[in-house]
Amino acid sequence: MSRRPYLRKVERNWWLGHRRTITYMVREATSLFVAIYCAVLVLGILRLAQGRTAWDSFLSGLSSPPGVLFQLVCLAFVVYHSVTWFALTPKAMPLTIRGEPIPGSVIVSVHYAAWAVISLIVLIAAWI
Amino acid sequence: MTDTMPLEVLTLEVLTLEVLRYRPEIENEPKFQTYTVPYRDDWVVLDALNHVKDHVDATLSYRWSCHMAVCGSCGMMINGEPKLACHAFLRDYRHGVIRVEPLDHFPIERDLVIVMDRFMEKLASVKPYAIAKAEKPLEEGEYLQTPLQLMAFKQYTQCINCLLCYAACPQCGLNDNFVGPAALALAHRYNLDSRDTGKDERADVVASNEGIWECTFVGACSEVCPKHVDPAAAIQQTKISASLDWFKARLWPGAHP
Repeated sequence: MSRRPYLRKVERNWWLGHRRTITYMVREATSLFVAIYCAVLVLGILRLAQGRTAWDSFLSGLSSPPGVLFQLVCLAFVVYHSVTWFALTPKAMPLTIRGEPIPGSVIVSVHYAAWAVISLIVLIAAWI
Repeated sequence: MTDTMPLEVLTLEVLTLEVLRYRPEIENEPKFQTYTVPYRDDWVVLDALNHVKDHVDATLSYRWSCHMAVCGSCGMMINGEPKLACHAFLRDYRHGVIRVEPLDHFPIERDLVIVMDRFMEKLASVKPYAIAKAEKPLEEGEYLQTPLQLMAFKQYTQCINCLLCYAACPQCGLNDNFVGPAALALAHRYNLDSRDTGKDERADVVASNEGIWECTFVGACSEVCPKHVDPAAAIQQTKISASLDWFKARLWPGAHP
């Protein structure tokens, strides 16, 4: 009797079937918003180089209601992206001190601490 | 006492098993067949399948051996989740139907039996064995290892090749050439072994587009692993180490790219 293996097709909507693949796809989608926000920052630098009028119109665009809404949406997605990424860091970076593994919670906390410190420095720099 | 009582006296409750069947000599595609099995508190899905095989339908095919989550033979999809059938208690599925299918992302040979030839090729391709640059003469004794050196990789030795990780990983379903979680975790296991010097030999396969870089860190492999091997962690660590090697080979003074 000859063999006749049957391969089931992966559906286009495969990721809807499971909670973990849905959260994964959401995390992947957040990258788009990270990229878009980066593009806006680059645009800001270009406008700054074009002089005061260009820079002021860029700023007023950002502080208009659609601009604020855009930034809030980006903030939400970036926070989701960062939180899920930090949660995964102990897997990518298992550290040991003299053979004793450092608990994952410590590795995650250090990332949050670094995030807070860097944000603070940026805020202070923006203030000055 | 209870051991000698017939099953029907012990249990009144029954469960419905929906089993995906594929008999290549009589049908062109798989279809579900429903079986009624007695419910017992201490039964796992494998017991229910054995009941079907022994008392209801002897034509049902599936792999199993140890019945204690050691051999890795009885991996199957149980209500859409890759599980060892010997590790999935009926009491956790008491309300509703239990749907049993062969592991996702593998061709079906027959009923719940999958074709794993591709996996065996991938496994062999990462050279999952200790490679020593030069064999020591016997009189020099064993290759010694400290407990700390053992701890560095011990977790990754626990793999039983049950293939649940391949069934859980969406990348495995989307690209049949992806080396996959278990094989990459085993490569990592030998790369971390202080007695091994084969990292460079494995790199061609491991650090390729269809090796670690096909992984997008969904993390499903580690969630379903019955032996807590954590292949996702192994792959991410390999990504870091392969990236460092890449830079070292190009930036280190005297390095040959």
